[in-house]
Amino acid sequence: MAGLELRNVGKSYGSLSIIKGLDLDVVDGEFLVLVGPSGCGKSTLLRMIAGLEDISDGTISIGGKIVNDLPASKRELSMVFQSYALYPHMTVAKNLAFGLQNFNVPKAEVQRRVEEAARILQIGQLMDRKPRQLSGGQKQRVAIGRAIVREPQLFLFDEPLSNLDAELRVQMRAELASLYNRLGTTMIYVTHDQVEAMTMASRIVVLRGGKIEQVGTPQELYTRPQNLFVAGFIGSPKINMLAAKVSRSGGAATIAIDGMPAFQLPGLATGDDALTLCVRPGSMHLGGGDVQTRGKIILVEYLGNETLLHVALSSGQTLLVSDSGRSQYRSGEEVTLGFDLADLHVFDSAGQRVES
Amino acid sequence: MKRILARNAPGYLFLSPWLLGFFLLALGPILASLYLSFTRYDMVSDPRWIGWGNYEYMFTRDRRFWKALEVTFTYVAFAVPLRLAFALAVAMLLDKGLKTIGLYRAIFYLPSLLGASIAIAILWRELFSATGVVNQMLALVGIEGTDWITNPKTSIYTLVMLAVWQFGSPMLIFLAGLRGIPKDLYEAAEIDGTPRWRRFTRITLPLLAPVIFFNLVLQTIDAFKTFSSAFIISNGTGAPADSLLFFTVYLFNEAFKFFRMGYASALAWVLLIIIGVFTALAFLSSKYWVHYDNDRD
Repeated sequence: MAGLELRNVGKSYGSLSIIKGLDLDVVDGEFLVLVGPSGCGKSTLLRMIAGLEDISDGTISIGGKIVNDLPASKRELSMVFQSYALYPHMTVAKNLAFGLQNFNVPKAEVQRRVEEAARILQIGQLMDRKPRQLSGGQKQRVAIGRAIVREPQLFLFDEPLSNLDAELRVQMRAELASLYNRLGTTMIYVTHDQVEAMTMASRIVVLRGGKIEQVGTPQELYTRPQNLFVAGFIGSPKINMLAAKVSRSGGAATIAIDGMPAFQLPGLATGDDALTLCVRPGSMHLGGGDVQTRGKIILVEYLGNETLLHVALSSGQTLLVSDSGRSQYRSGEEVTLGFDLADLHVFDSAGQRVES
Repeated sequence: MKRILARNAPGYLFLSPWLLGFFLLALGPILASLYLSFTRYDMVSDPRWIGWGNYEYMFTRDRRFWKALEVTFTYVAFAVPLRLAFALAVAMLLDKGLKTIGLYRAIFYLPSLLGASIAIAILWRELFSATGVVNQMLALVGIEGTDWITNPKTSIYTLVMLAVWQFGSPMLIFLAGLRGIPKDLYEAAEIDGTPRWRRFTRITLPLLAPVIFFNLVLQTIDAFKTFSSAFIISNGTGAPADSLLFFTVYLFNEAFKFFRMGYASALAWVLLIIIGVFTALAFLSSKYWVHYDNDRD
């Protein structure tokens, strides 16, 4: 096992900069998830850690040793690919053993590790099959098995579940989490799926445009997003965003939002007078809250355990309200909706979090 | 029956140019040559039935037949593997993702386009004659060369070199095959510390096997049928000392120089059977070394 340090790491192709001066510390034994929209550089960063891409700037250290110039095979890590990358002409057993044979691991030891991985992943009955005879989930298990047998100090996962159907994805997510608990090895996991990130990570790194937007535990990201991008990216259904104007008289700040009555926001730590106020759909109240307004339900989405109401304000803006699965509201109904000041996330005109 | 015919009609329609060509132009001569191979026929008088006479003479008394077989087999044994190996090597170089790959592909394919023309024969003579470019190069490093084309010991290998030089078409097929191997397999192998040579033998070769097999069959058939280059470089005789007496050159001379059409037909059928046997062997062996990703077992 080993920790990982990125210092001012950059990657560019010609004049195009993909990763920009990135600093990150991954603690030994941590499950770190890199998440972000497509093109944010998360897979590139993972491939740089793996040694499959050159590093243009900065240093990457694994276990305290700088690995910039170390080939992938010497970095003592394993990687699970999105496509599984199983050798199609080899049986499952050979796929598992192939990597070990390169490192001159004694035959008996190869056998032991392959059997151990097969037992952990419950693929013992598949050992003589070729990849084409396996289902997606089985292939994914073999791919993970191939990573396990190496007994690496660092596991890298590149969107490993994105080729699986929804049900299998949930199942494999749980299996990966329990595998992590069992092995305790440092894992770095790339995904664009925030649910995967939230459910599995010890810490999440949100990336955008090759830069880190925020690093934190899933709870920190959800409850205290540091900027507007993270607030919008983390959490499903998506957070409500309201453009607000601030007027100050004395020490008090009065907030004006189109389609809502003005209200006072005490302790606002910014001089900015154009803010964005965000409230999660789950923090919206129907018929209550510190700040209230009227709106018309234009769409009702029944999701089983919850019902999502799309409510249009008089300004034309639509807010999402999460109600219980037993919600009786109908489309077209007029409702009173509101929120508590304590549930507000406030961001300045630059999109940075403002404490209130 | 009617329905099946109606369903398959478009297929037959597309096949029709080939089918028409085969039935109107090829089938007749093929059957005629089978008949003629059991006759003595000089194109002037009528064919005379002699039973297995041509074949008996061929296998028991005709020393040039055995020489032609020896020359042809030697050629096939060297030209096919060398051409395939060279084609694969160049394809792997081109697969590195050069920006100018289109240009290189065209340049490397050029020798194959030129085929076995007079120009190539002259070029080959210039290269490999006693005072040719090859010997001039060898002289630079202090080696005294021979007249490669007129020396019976080396002449066949100049033709092998010509075959290797015309590596364009298998190279293009290899290149397409290499492009079809997912790059992440190599990346997985790289992370797993697989040395370059092992990556080639354990990943590239097995995954390329269907393409190698296809090229092998095609090139073997092609090599057995090699005619023009041998005919031109040996001035149509198989000289020097029958060292370039390719089976097809011998067949051609029997037919159109000595007008022994019956015997030439018998030779043609023997060549067909030889090619058939080698192709069948290749197919039989393929199940042990050719892996298809989409088959189910």
